[in-house]
Amino acid sequence: MINKTVASVQEACEGVKDGMTFMLGGFGLSGIPENSIAELVRRGVKNVTCISNNAGVDDFGLGLLLQQRQIKKMISSYVGENAEFERQMLSGELEVELIPQGTLAQRCQAAQSGIPAFYTPAGFGTEVGEGKEVREFNGKMHLMERAFNADFGFVKAWKGDEAGNLIFKGTARNFNPNMAGAATITVAEVEELLPAGSLDPNQIHIPGIFVQRIFKGAHYEKRIEQRTVRKKE
Amino acid sequence: MLDKNQIAQRIAKEVKDGYYVNLGIGIPTLVANFVRDDIEVEFQSENGILGMGPFPYEDEEDPDLINAGKQTITALPGASFFDSAMSFSMIRGQHVDLTILGAMEVAQNGDIANWKIPGKMVKGMGGAMDLVASADNIIVAMMHTNRAGASKLLRKCSLPLTGVDCVKKIVTNLAVLKIENNKFVLLERAPGVSVEEIKTATEGELVIEGDIPEMKL
Repeated sequence: MINKTVASVQEACEGVKDGMTFMLGGFGLSGIPENSIAELVRRGVKNVTCISNNAGVDDFGLGLLLQQRQIKKMISSYVGENAEFERQMLSGELEVELIPQGTLAQRCQAAQSGIPAFYTPAGFGTEVGEGKEVREFNGKMHLMERAFNADFGFVKAWKGDEAGNLIFKGTARNFNPNMAGAATITVAEVEELLPAGSLDPNQIHIPGIFVQRIFKGAHYEKRIEQRTVRKKE
Repeated sequence: MLDKNQIAQRIAKEVKDGYYVNLGIGIPTLVANFVRDDIEVEFQSENGILGMGPFPYEDEEDPDLINAGKQTITALPGASFFDSAMSFSMIRGQHVDLTILGAMEVAQNGDIANWKIPGKMVKGMGGAMDLVASADNIIVAMMHTNRAGASKLLRKCSLPLTGVDCVKKIVTNLAVLKIENNKFVLLERAPGVSVEEIKTATEGELVIEGDIPEMKL
């Protein structure tokens, strides 16, 4: 067994530098690498590019990095659930690249899989397609999209083991499995970190080969963005 | 004239037994409330669930279980979870049978605009561009006119496009229409709405053939 555990979030984030490109898992606030984000805030890395479906809210998720003006550019499919983001975007401090959600996921997957580029119909004929190679397959037009190139990937799983194997829970899975192994270094944080052999190999979602560093997150707030409930009848 | 719930109710009649359906935010979300309970349908939410159920009971919310609108939800028996790439494999691979979404504008050639108003804060397209570019069966749920009273069914979209040549059917507060040969074809009138009213509210070319029946809800 190749042991991927690191002692702390500090050790897990060793080597992050100003100007780097990060991938961060999560959809809304669900399944975000909370502990890694807190450490990136603490370290004060600046001018970073973040690839993440969303940009958090004002005081949680990537909103924390935005507050400290650490982000130079966001690559996302849906943003703006936070006022500071809007302010920085409108003032030109923050560069924003909006891309279709499926394209975002596939560009992660392509990077993970060693596929430099792929064709997708999403965005053809829209401003997303401007400047991109267009090709027809089976009578339908497609855009060529490229794999991402990132320095660090921060993913969050439910359970993991010392070998870096990961299991996700519910819809907190989202982009996390696609980002694992898609950056030069993948840091996985988990709610439960178990000895090798504790997880059933049949149930592993992401094999440890895609993970360089794994640690148990000290604390999970797991904030809910839109609490919607129904009354018991 | 239909209200939002009635638009959803009319669209629910397009949902067939055995369909996997993706519902957008807004009126489309309401469609789930009106699907007949004698048919089997599974709702997909693109953040990673098939078999999405209703909102949870109070105190049973799970932060690890949300829909694409970031609302807390439940999973029905037979549900499954998956990652975002697989979710869009279902969508681009046309495994999802029906996509219902809202729009700001639809053009008579099937173009749709629903993600960006120049000069206003742009939040992003989310999964809408993937959905409209891939789905075979797309129904648009929207009001026939905007707040200023201007038609949303146009010869050509004025707003930045979400997708080209993709919308097949539209259900509005006034009518049910299909798109054929680069024209809107009127299929049904909302109760109490005349063909004349629909004509006036439609900027794009409108085909009216024979008697247009009143829709049944």
